[in-house]
Amino acid sequence: MKGLNLNLFSRLKQGLAKTRDGLVGRIQIIVRGKDKVDDALISEIEEVLIEADVGVKTTERILERLRENAREMRIVSPDALIELLKSELAAELGQEEPGGLTLAPGTTTVIMVVGVNGTGKTTTAGKLAYKLRQEGKRVILGAADTFRAAAIEQLEIWGNRAGAEVIRHQEGSDPAAVAYDAIQAAKSRGADVLIIDTAGRLHTKSNLMEELKKVRRVINREIPGAPHEVLLTLDATAGQNAIAQARIFTDAVGVTGIALTKLDGTAKGGVIISIRDELGVPVKLIGIGEGLDDLRDFAPREFVEALFAGMGEG
Amino acid sequence: MFESLTYKLQETFKRLRGKGKLTEKDVDEALREVRLALLEADVNFKVVKSFITSVKDKAIGQEVLSSLTPGQLVIKIVHNELINLMGGSQAKVNFAPHPPTVIMLVGLQGSGKTTTASKLANYLKGQGRKPLLVAADTQRPAAVKQLQVLGEGVGVPVFAMGERESPVKIARAAVSGASSRGCDVVIIDTAGRLHIDEELMAELADIKAAVNPHEILLVVDAMTGQDAVNVASSFNERLGLDGIILTKLDGDARGGAALSVKAVTGKPIKFVGVGEKASALEPFHPDRMASRILGMGDILSLIEKAEAAMDVREAKKLQERLGASDFNFEDFIVQLRQVRKMGPLDELISMIPGLGSSKALKGLKVDEKEFSRIEAIINSMTPAERRNPSIIDGSRRRRIAKGSGTKIQDVNALLKQFEQVRKLMKQAGAIERGARRGGLSLPFFR
Repeated sequence: MKGLNLNLFSRLKQGLAKTRDGLVGRIQIIVRGKDKVDDALISEIEEVLIEADVGVKTTERILERLRENAREMRIVSPDALIELLKSELAAELGQEEPGGLTLAPGTTTVIMVVGVNGTGKTTTAGKLAYKLRQEGKRVILGAADTFRAAAIEQLEIWGNRAGAEVIRHQEGSDPAAVAYDAIQAAKSRGADVLIIDTAGRLHTKSNLMEELKKVRRVINREIPGAPHEVLLTLDATAGQNAIAQARIFTDAVGVTGIALTKLDGTAKGGVIISIRDELGVPVKLIGIGEGLDDLRDFAPREFVEALFAGMGEG
Repeated sequence: MFESLTYKLQETFKRLRGKGKLTEKDVDEALREVRLALLEADVNFKVVKSFITSVKDKAIGQEVLSSLTPGQLVIKIVHNELINLMGGSQAKVNFAPHPPTVIMLVGLQGSGKTTTASKLANYLKGQGRKPLLVAADTQRPAAVKQLQVLGEGVGVPVFAMGERESPVKIARAAVSGASSRGCDVVIIDTAGRLHIDEELMAELADIKAAVNPHEILLVVDAMTGQDAVNVASSFNERLGLDGIILTKLDGDARGGAALSVKAVTGKPIKFVGVGEKASALEPFHPDRMASRILGMGDILSLIEKAEAAMDVREAKKLQERLGASDFNFEDFIVQLRQVRKMGPLDELISMIPGLGSSKALKGLKVDEKEFSRIEAIINSMTPAERRNPSIIDGSRRRRIAKGSGTKIQDVNALLKQFEQVRKLMKQAGAIERGARRGGLSLPFFR
């Protein structure tokens, strides 16, 4: 685990170093030029947070608390202020909680992967299958994205890479029926985990959300307590609309966690702070590349540390 | 949002008005609200900053200070300025004087390049062009297959060389063979890539050098946040973009990214993707986008949708019928079907100004099934009953309920609603307007 974290740490640092414009570098520049905590510093931090897609309201809330705490704790140095900000953010993102996915003991754990179009559901399902295979689990993939052209083939390629069987129907068939068959297959093969990939859908299309609810109902009917995890894939480049996505998917199918994808770019995915705050939905996994092993458990402290990592090194 | 922004601005000014004279500082306070609205719409922080500065100059010049309705005037200035910034009117595709015209689509993973490629092919085909789709995304598993399936769906040939050839080679071969296949437009679908991925960005530059595209279009997800500026400026610096296609606008994202990418690249937004269907690609309208970013709804798109869905002759016939005193279920079902053709109801509602994000509507569910139920009930009537609903007595009601698989209460409710609609239609004045917009009224929306 420690090795993994270190690895993640350096991967993220690498990603951020590439940007030069990253949160770390920016705050570092801000801090370097200052020797005291003043309004100018705060408003520059505001800019950094908003540009990380944290959102205006959440940024204001964070800054207000930061100001208060800084006053109370008599913080006068910019470095100490950033340190305080880091630990506050990590705490807010669930630093004290056990991370990763919840696997059900003694039965097939069913994981549903949901989200809007193009956020990386199929890729995440494939990488997750590989990750769980590496942990010695028997994994089956259910190709319930029967809508997008060639989505089934895409998942099959991932299944091959990961060493997981893919249960599929024809394109255009009923996704709930695929889920049903995948469950029967998972049961009869004694699989530890069943990952069901679903079609991308905009949260505003109520008929498609109904279809998704039906898939969930079928899963729940076949295995009581399932799905054990409903993962919402969220594109790190997404802006404030991600909150609406998270809210509506949570209302419809009970999202248990977020897979924050494409974190290897320059986008920061800061909107997850608002989602956590408003809906209480934690981030569980992060995607940091297109490789098989580029899916990691989300670790708030490491995540925030990595964001601020360039500070001490210049 | 728009309503709340207008309201907030009016409140701000009302409060200030009590002081007797408005100052520049007061305008600043109002513009703070505008700033918040833009940031919540995901317009980039820096873009907002410079936008507010330019609006402020205009606002002061236009005597907002002495205006009776300063709130509305500020909105108008902001709205106009947004339209100006996003490029006065819509831009077109540059066609080569000597075919084939080469169009290259680039962008991040998941922005919608492959889907957009097939939509664009479909659009150009509809304009009498002969497009060729090129599967140069050899990166994502099954991307080639996806384009082949989509190409087949729109009846456009797809050039593919598998997933092992280099994209540069594929693009070159496709372009050089296009004319002999009788194609005059070549649309190259490339793999999604991060703008900071040196290797893959170099590959795009190589494709560009190999085939000299007439149009390099960046495909951007309308839901993109602050990072849109980094993405757009990197792609633009590296490749020299000719335009932008904004996708997934059928969601409820306010789409501030549109303003951001335009501001940092200076390149026009040429098309927008508005749905899953192959036909769901439309020219970009800056005025509508401005309204959307401000949360004003999109009444123009709504009207256009209505026009597209309506059969002109049928609509005209319906117009005449609407005024008639014997408006009956046969007319009604025509009207109902036209409304349904316009698309899912909640999508339509989201375009109506003030309704889209209104709190009152949050709990409201538009039940598409309700439509099917109504249609089933009407279909279970005899032609005589449809033409003359007054003959529908108790036993006929029972039969209709049975035939349509509904309850007798449902039939009763429909008859009652229908009677109300008919009364409404009869009222003078309403007829005049009702006839013009006949297909647009939604009598059974509740």
